Amino acid sequence: MNTAQFSTMDGNEAVARVAYALSEVIALYPITPASPMGEWADAWASAGVKNLWEAVPSLIEMQSEGGAAGAVHGALQTGALATTFTASQGLLLMLPNMFKIAGELTPAVFHVAARSIATHALSIFGDHSDVMAARMTGWAMLGAANVQEAQDFALIAHAATLEARVPFVNFFDGFRTSHEIAKIELLDNAVLLSLIEEKFIHEHRARGLSPEHPVLRGSAQNPDVFFQSRERANPFYTAVPGIVQRTMDRFAELTGRAYQTFEYHGAPDAERVLVLMGSGAETARATVDFLNAGGAKCGVLTVRLFRPWDAARFVAVLPETARAIAVLDRCKEPGSAAEPLFLDVVASLEEAWSRPIRPRVIGGRYGLASKEFTPAMVKAVLDELSAAQPRKRFTVGIHDDLNGTSLEWDEEFDIESDDTYRALFYGLGSDGTVGANKETIKIIGESTREFAQGYFVYDSKKAGAVTVSHLRFGPREIRAAYLIRRAHFIGCHQPLFLERFDVAESLRPGGVLLLNTPVPASDAWARLPAPTQRTLVDRGARLFVIDGTRVARECRLGGRVNTVMQTCFFAVSGVLPADEALRAIQDSIRRTYAKKGEEIVQMNLAAVDATLAHLHEVKLGTVGAGAGFAPAVEARAPQFVREVLGEILAGRGERVPVSALPADGTFPTGTARWEKRNLATEIPVWDADLCVQCGKCVLVCPHAAIRGKAYASTALASAPATFLSRGARLPAWKGLRYTLQVAPEDCTGCGLCVDVCPARNKSEARLKAINLQPQAPLRATERVNWEFFLGLPATPQAEVAPERVRELQVREPLFEFSGACAGCGETPYLKLLTQLFGDRLLVANATGCSSIYGGNLPTTPWTTNAAGRGPAWANSLFEDNAEFGFGFRVALDQQKEIAAGLLRTLAPQLGDHFVAQILKAPQSDEADLADQRDRIVELRERLRTLEGPAARALETVADALVRKSVWIVGGDGWAYDIGFGGLDHVLASGRNVKVLVLDTEVYSNTGGQCSKATPRAAVAKFAAGGKPGAKKDLGLMAMTYGSIYVASVAMGAKDEHTVRAFLEAEAFEGPSLIIAYSHCIAHGIDLRLGLQHQRSAVDSGQWLLYRFDPRRAARGENPLQIDSPRPRETIANYFASENRFRMLTKTHPEEARRLLALAQSDSQSRRALYEYLASRPGAEAPAVEAHPITP
Amino acid sequence: MNLTTNYLGLTLRTPLVPSASPLSQDLDNLKLMEDSGAAAVVLHSLFEEQIRHERYELHWVLNQGTESFPEALSYFPEAPEFQLGPEEYLRHVARAKASLAIPVIASLNGATPGGWTSFARQIEQAGADALELNLYQVPTDAQVSGADLEAQLMEVIAAVRAEVSIPLAVKLSPFFSNFANIAQRVSDQGANGLVLFNRFYQPDISLELLEVEPRVFYSTPMALRLPLRWIAILFGRHELSLAATSGVHRAADALKLLMVGADVTMLCSALMRHGIAHLRTVEREMVAWMEEHEYTSIAQMKGSLSQSRCADPSAFERAQYLRAVGVRVGEV
Repeated sequence: MNTAQFSTMDGNEAVARVAYALSEVIALYPITPASPMGEWADAWASAGVKNLWEAVPSLIEMQSEGGAAGAVHGALQTGALATTFTASQGLLLMLPNMFKIAGELTPAVFHVAARSIATHALSIFGDHSDVMAARMTGWAMLGAANVQEAQDFALIAHAATLEARVPFVNFFDGFRTSHEIAKIELLDNAVLLSLIEEKFIHEHRARGLSPEHPVLRGSAQNPDVFFQSRERANPFYTAVPGIVQRTMDRFAELTGRAYQTFEYHGAPDAERVLVLMGSGAETARATVDFLNAGGAKCGVLTVRLFRPWDAARFVAVLPETARAIAVLDRCKEPGSAAEPLFLDVVASLEEAWSRPIRPRVIGGRYGLASKEFTPAMVKAVLDELSAAQPRKRFTVGIHDDLNGTSLEWDEEFDIESDDTYRALFYGLGSDGTVGANKETIKIIGESTREFAQGYFVYDSKKAGAVTVSHLRFGPREIRAAYLIRRAHFIGCHQPLFLERFDVAESLRPGGVLLLNTPVPASDAWARLPAPTQRTLVDRGARLFVIDGTRVARECRLGGRVNTVMQTCFFAVSGVLPADEALRAIQDSIRRTYAKKGEEIVQMNLAAVDATLAHLHEVKLGTVGAGAGFAPAVEARAPQFVREVLGEILAGRGERVPVSALPADGTFPTGTARWEKRNLATEIPVWDADLCVQCGKCVLVCPHAAIRGKAYASTALASAPATFLSRGARLPAWKGLRYTLQVAPEDCTGCGLCVDVCPARNKSEARLKAINLQPQAPLRATERVNWEFFLGLPATPQAEVAPERVRELQVREPLFEFSGACAGCGETPYLKLLTQLFGDRLLVANATGCSSIYGGNLPTTPWTTNAAGRGPAWANSLFEDNAEFGFGFRVALDQQKEIAAGLLRTLAPQLGDHFVAQILKAPQSDEADLADQRDRIVELRERLRTLEGPAARALETVADALVRKSVWIVGGDGWAYDIGFGGLDHVLASGRNVKVLVLDTEVYSNTGGQCSKATPRAAVAKFAAGGKPGAKKDLGLMAMTYGSIYVASVAMGAKDEHTVRAFLEAEAFEGPSLIIAYSHCIAHGIDLRLGLQHQRSAVDSGQWLLYRFDPRRAARGENPLQIDSPRPRETIANYFASENRFRMLTKTHPEEARRLLALAQSDSQSRRALYEYLASRPGAEAPAVEAHPITP
Repeated sequence: MNLTTNYLGLTLRTPLVPSASPLSQDLDNLKLMEDSGAAAVVLHSLFEEQIRHERYELHWVLNQGTESFPEALSYFPEAPEFQLGPEEYLRHVARAKASLAIPVIASLNGATPGGWTSFARQIEQAGADALELNLYQVPTDAQVSGADLEAQLMEVIAAVRAEVSIPLAVKLSPFFSNFANIAQRVSDQGANGLVLFNRFYQPDISLELLEVEPRVFYSTPMALRLPLRWIAILFGRHELSLAATSGVHRAADALKLLMVGADVTMLCSALMRHGIAHLRTVEREMVAWMEEHEYTSIAQMKGSLSQSRCADPSAFERAQYLRAVGVRVGEV
């Protein structure tokens, strides 16, 4: 084997390398799990890497996948070689262009990391729903089963499309293949040049639009010829399978890797055959080999070219002996006779099977949204084929107790051979475990003859995320597209996991468990939970311990234990000889960190040196009598939380049966409170005497984990001994007690509260009125105090002026304990929204960070008050959120009209005065709303006494008579880019909708891609060389209508301004837009100081605070008020504090200087423009009434 | 009028040189300095801590939040390389050298022996005409003696001297038991000049925020008294070039320092406050004064009021203090 040709990389990188080399124009838009392909391409283009024809491809980020497809379409029509990368909803947005591109017989390749489509819920994980939804577009579809194939098929697709003129989707399974790291044989340019035929490129260019030889393409056709025209293209489709196979054959000559459009694997005389495509085929092939070695006669037919479907070839490769076929579809088509692949197989057999006995065909679904598909499940399907009466339709991988579709499988069935070394690592996202494991794969994969595979499982939290790394090494190609069940080695990199689950559970007999623990080796055994001790003894395991956190800290690595634990892995696993391993780690450190400077290299090398002295083997002792692990949620939690969400929290979601889940994706709110994550190592502790009770800490807490309350002293009668309370300082609360309380198990320890606290200790100025202290010793007492605090009566709302932060703090937040980043800059705005309007709030939430920390199972932070009221929340899509929320408003208004009409109809029975009271209720403040709610209760009472359809109908819409607040929430990627058209239309509608843009100035959720909100000079993905253009001024655009309330806020800079803007926006009887500066991890800042960054953005003039209120114009005043002072610091100072700007000075210093100068100029010009607008006499102001601009 | 002076073996058109400051980070500023008559420029300092800290911080920020969340395994594009600390600084030196006709003096700021001293060689290779080594210590460890600290400084000077062959100036603070001894030892290590003195950025307190604030205060003409005394004392004692920095705001300030023996006078606060073009004003006023008082060259006045040449050498020593406070010897 020539190891020089091998490399370890994931599927996305492998595919992107080929696509980049073979493209001239690449249009991009980020979407999980395909984003890394675009990011790789952008990084290469930024570094000047050339394609196969010695040119740097043009990379363009578009406003949506629809835009990307349109741009590709245009580039293709003009004769360029163009491509894009996408998945899921992105592919759906490309469908219209895909029909066009295919209809015009245009060679092109779209590379798709196949992913679920959002239905009852969004899922970022892999299945074939998206490509199946595109199967009618007329695109050829080539599906890869592993990383090697994904790379190879990328080339085959690019080559075949040029000859065939039919465009290709090159798809591979999202995450399982796109994110799996494998050792693959790389394609070099010589192979690419040999396979791509220049003459076809020339023909493609010749067909390009040019005024030198003009043509018309894209005509409109009438019934007379459209149909015939569609049929005219048939010969091209007929030719595709032959072209693909010939291309595959030529590829085999060049590389030695032979592929078939339909590829049979298994016993030549197999009676039972599986048909499937994608990564599941890998598992199926390995399982069939295992079973056949034991005497079975099975086979697998892997579908590689799914479209155009070639029935004759399909039947030709099936063994004549086949008697039973199971077709496995990785998608679901509700209401269909069966899933698509099954139907194709059945039709093929019907039409092309010429032998006497036609095999029986059954069809099943598997693997939706990356559901595990294991050898045991493959065996279950094969076993089903052996049954006398196999189920015609089935599912495998779930427990379908509702429909009875699921096949049972044997959990203990295992086919992995002993020569494949398997290692599992449990880590936290912040400790570097995954990064170290990726390096380990590189070390073994690229410096030895061994094959290597890595797959990484992440949870959906952005703070305190748990990672599980699955690594395999072996002398043979690794074909295991499933998680490790029995590991030779388990590394537990965080001591906290020991409390939660048996970390040794997946250890094989004789395996090794390595623990990172502060417990000395002498006590390590005794301190292990009894179930873990039992597992280790039963498996005859070896146990090693190290205080890796201490070693890392002493080597200045902070919480990143990666280098330490990686060194331990090599030391105790024996996968490489000790000396060789040590050298390899050191080389890897030099390679990885060299560009960050010698200091970083040296501190990691020092950690390697320090590690082995601290690594100890621990002898197994006797098993203690300790109990098992605590339940994931408390016993007093609601049943659904305990039995469903609790199971998911405990890592047993795979076992939740079909019947336990909602049929329509509807879940209760108020569930995050049951998930006690105990993430914080330190939590804020209140100095009650020093506190000025300003409420700023409560306002800025991203997790609603610190709260204030003013209450009567009598409520303290049963207070716990450690519960703190002081006299309320606010005159309005005279005589009341005040408490500031922390939720110890929900706090993430982000420190924003401490940073914002204005009170300093008079004797020790480093201390404030809240200070961070270790959580562990406080947990038990503060848990009790928190519970007591929750039970205290609410501060009377009549004594709360919401426009004042110090009073607002006692309003109950109905958004709490989200999974957002510790120190998130977005969530304080959402929490504020719920404090102000939560009990009457409907939220339409665009897909993005806020939909993930707001709505990703198992729990949601949106919650209810004691009366059971709270925000009703829904997420439709990314692109349609404004329209989605607009629909809420229209429906609510319609229902209100219906209710009003019914009220008038029933006025004689209900009482004219009573009806008039309801219809004329002002509902402008909390007291009004409470009165109206009381009236509706009364109305329902009265309706109960009435007969007739009008009364029954009114009961269904009576709630619409209470004012509802519709807020449309999303990030800048939505508002500035993909959803802008809809947003503009909805704002122009004049309807009473409120829009909150959480502006992080980048696509945060998908990893920091540039949006049109990204400021000039910021480095972001897809803008690696710095964003060249200025930030779009969304607020100014909205202001031009004159009838929209617009505010630009930054809570960290001026909190009461933010609160005022929210109140004004809500009170405005028309559309409102609030653009809220949200600091973000993607800014490259220390999130603990996020509020200071907000202040700096405002002080430098980078972010302007203002309010534009059409009601002022109605009063003859200028509607625009600038609320931030003139800049007090330079843009340069602000830029210097954030890595997104500073990074450019380290990568492109000259360009950084140029863009900085332009950014300073942007700021001054914007300020001057706004000052001019704000200084105009009121009479010159634009229109004042909220009115529809659109029809 | 002959304003020529010699500093560190470099022949300079005038004794007016902008000292190390943030102004010299910008190439356009450097060009403006030259156009305004600067005889040489001292670039902003490359700090020992800056080199280390910047790397730690970049490393930390680029790792923050990575490999945690499946949709965002990183938050920044992968950069093929970073131009960190010395690399960026070296590029700046090279660009300055390519753009200016006047000598370019680079500046390296540190306190402790270590690998950073090797950057001196890279600075020389980037084209700097001379190097100013700014040794800035705030010792707080009660276990370390003054002698130990002085020895450490000499070790650093020797290490840097060993790295470069271009002229080396050493910039120091005045806080030594015997500065004359220090000056001699600096000379013994092979340095070519002394820059007197380093200004400490003293911390301040914010009464409103109850926080310690590092604040940069511009110097005033009063600040020149300290370098004035020590330049007067050191002038003629050894081969070291002497640069005066701190408190040079107007021509009169520069003239005083030249008269006590400075080879060059360095300006920073005055340029920050009045703009770079202020250099031209100072030069014009200097020439006017010299013409008025019938001086023909800087060389003529240099050291004329140094301790060894002035009428009352004791004026620079303790006796002058006694007179200043009204005490006559014998009455103490």
